[in-house]
Amino acid sequence: MAEVVLHELVKTYPGGTARATDTVSLHVPDGEFMVLLGPSGCGKTTLLRMVAGLETPDAGQVVIGGRDVTYLEPRRRNLSMVFQSYAVFPNKNVADNIGFGLRVRGLPADQVSRKVGWAADLLQLTPYLERLPAKLSGGQRQRVAVARAIVMDADVLLMDEPLSNLDALLRLSFRAELKKLVGELGTTTLYVTHDQVEALSLGDRVAVMREGTIAQCGPPTEVYATPSDRFVGGFLGSPPMNFLSGTVAGDGEQSRIDFGGQSLPIPPALSSFDGKPLMLGIRPESIAVEPAADQRGLRGVLEVFEPLGSSTLLTTELCGQVLKVLAPANFRAEPGEHLLLRLPTEQCRWYDAETQLLVEAGRS
Amino acid sequence: MALPIVLIGLAAVSSRAALTEFPKPPVPSQFSSETLLSFIDATGTIPALGNSVLVGVYTVVLSLLVGAPAGYALARYAFRGKDLYQVFILLARALPIVVLSVPLATMFLRFGGYDTVFSVTLLHTTLALPTTVLITASVFVSVPPDLEEAARVFGCTRLEAARRVVLPLALPGLAASSIFTFVLSWNEILGAAVITIGHRTLPAQVLASLAEAPQAYRFAGAFALILPALLFIFVMRRYLVNMWGTTLR
Repeated sequence: MAEVVLHELVKTYPGGTARATDTVSLHVPDGEFMVLLGPSGCGKTTLLRMVAGLETPDAGQVVIGGRDVTYLEPRRRNLSMVFQSYAVFPNKNVADNIGFGLRVRGLPADQVSRKVGWAADLLQLTPYLERLPAKLSGGQRQRVAVARAIVMDADVLLMDEPLSNLDALLRLSFRAELKKLVGELGTTTLYVTHDQVEALSLGDRVAVMREGTIAQCGPPTEVYATPSDRFVGGFLGSPPMNFLSGTVAGDGEQSRIDFGGQSLPIPPALSSFDGKPLMLGIRPESIAVEPAADQRGLRGVLEVFEPLGSSTLLTTELCGQVLKVLAPANFRAEPGEHLLLRLPTEQCRWYDAETQLLVEAGRS
Repeated sequence: MALPIVLIGLAAVSSRAALTEFPKPPVPSQFSSETLLSFIDATGTIPALGNSVLVGVYTVVLSLLVGAPAGYALARYAFRGKDLYQVFILLARALPIVVLSVPLATMFLRFGGYDTVFSVTLLHTTLALPTTVLITASVFVSVPPDLEEAARVFGCTRLEAARRVVLPLALPGLAASSIFTFVLSWNEILGAAVITIGHRTLPAQVLASLAEAPQAYRFAGAFALILPALLFIFVMRRYLVNMWGTTLR
């Protein structure tokens, strides 16, 4: 059990032009489940591998439990890892696979078999202990990989997209199992994924990465509800956050954002943006929608109506911009109809049009 | 393809008289061990056989010791000049042995080591290295690198990881490489003939005696030359069968 501190890690792969990680710093307290989330190529796996010792950074430090391990071999760092491909040894049976690390360490045989039995029981592998990996399903091999990692009782547990090779249903069930298991063990965990649903569900905190840097790091609810920039808002959530571009126009005392025909009041704190472009971010599920009567408000035209079962996804057009709305399952409307859209101020997020950074979060 | 082998085999167990029969019956009229015996008793056969076996085994060991690590490096690492290196290794086989053998003999005479098992081993290892390196490289490529990485995370040094994880999985491929090397060494005539006199390998011995040898000697000699290579293959075959299924994700 240890805390992990990453200090300004830089890594460029030989032959690469851009930095894989660009002075990344992160602090993971003891016992926390930290998720590294981002699209392919953002540097999350590189970061994990530097913590593991499988890659050496060009600059920066990796500190585990107060010890600088930056240039230490993986075996000296007291960690465990679950690989995306599971990396289960094909020539050893399940019991030997799980006990591999313990045997390399030189633990006596009876202790090894006791611990292996414990880990196998935790992951429901006890009937399969004598089997070779070739005779196991993908999900079972995955459990062997996890068992092999947890039996080590390491300081830090690393996981590199362990669920991405499982089919959708298995992924769902194992995700819950994994969360429960790691929660009970209490080990500091670093988990890499590109699946934002996984990230939100598993992490105590989520670090959203993009092009080698961390865009935002915080608890899942915070990262979801208050994205710090346009990228994070667009990456989390399915469907992703809506972004509307407009220009701020002073209208007496009340500044408004003008979308080219229709406008919306903006928080007073943003009145300095008068005459400048501004972006509004709002999540599809935060928008209330009604068939347009003669009431005043934002009016959009329904373009696509998609019933999703538990809700309805509406694609509307507002002053030439697309707005996705998640309506209740019983909502009915025809394409071409005008709809009244209510955007609650406390759900609105305001972004600078140039820097794409959050400038104001709506307050009720 | 087996026909010449069958013919030689039949001829080797025929009696002297049956050998010279014309027209040749499909099955020899007389079976006798005298053909083979005459070959074995001929001067120099047994020691030459011993030399061939020794050189074959030493060559396999030496070429694996030198070649397998090179193959591993090719498989796992990217380094400058890698592509050039792969082509360069093959250069050892590019020159005909006829051209190389006289300078080699001269070199061995000058530095000592002429007419020894060791010098033939060196020659054969050089000839075997290109194929050893390239075969072992492809064998190591087929072992997923994450297995080694997993071994290293769970407590192994790089060397331990290679020994515990990679080697067992690479064994079938290494066995294949050994067969290739052994047969190459066993059949190598010209180089061995030039750089040995007293400690000849079997092919070199047969070559030297061929002109004056009776027919029986020739057939028996041919059979003896084929046999050990066939035996070696049968022994190594079981290591070629993959015992634990295909490599998996």
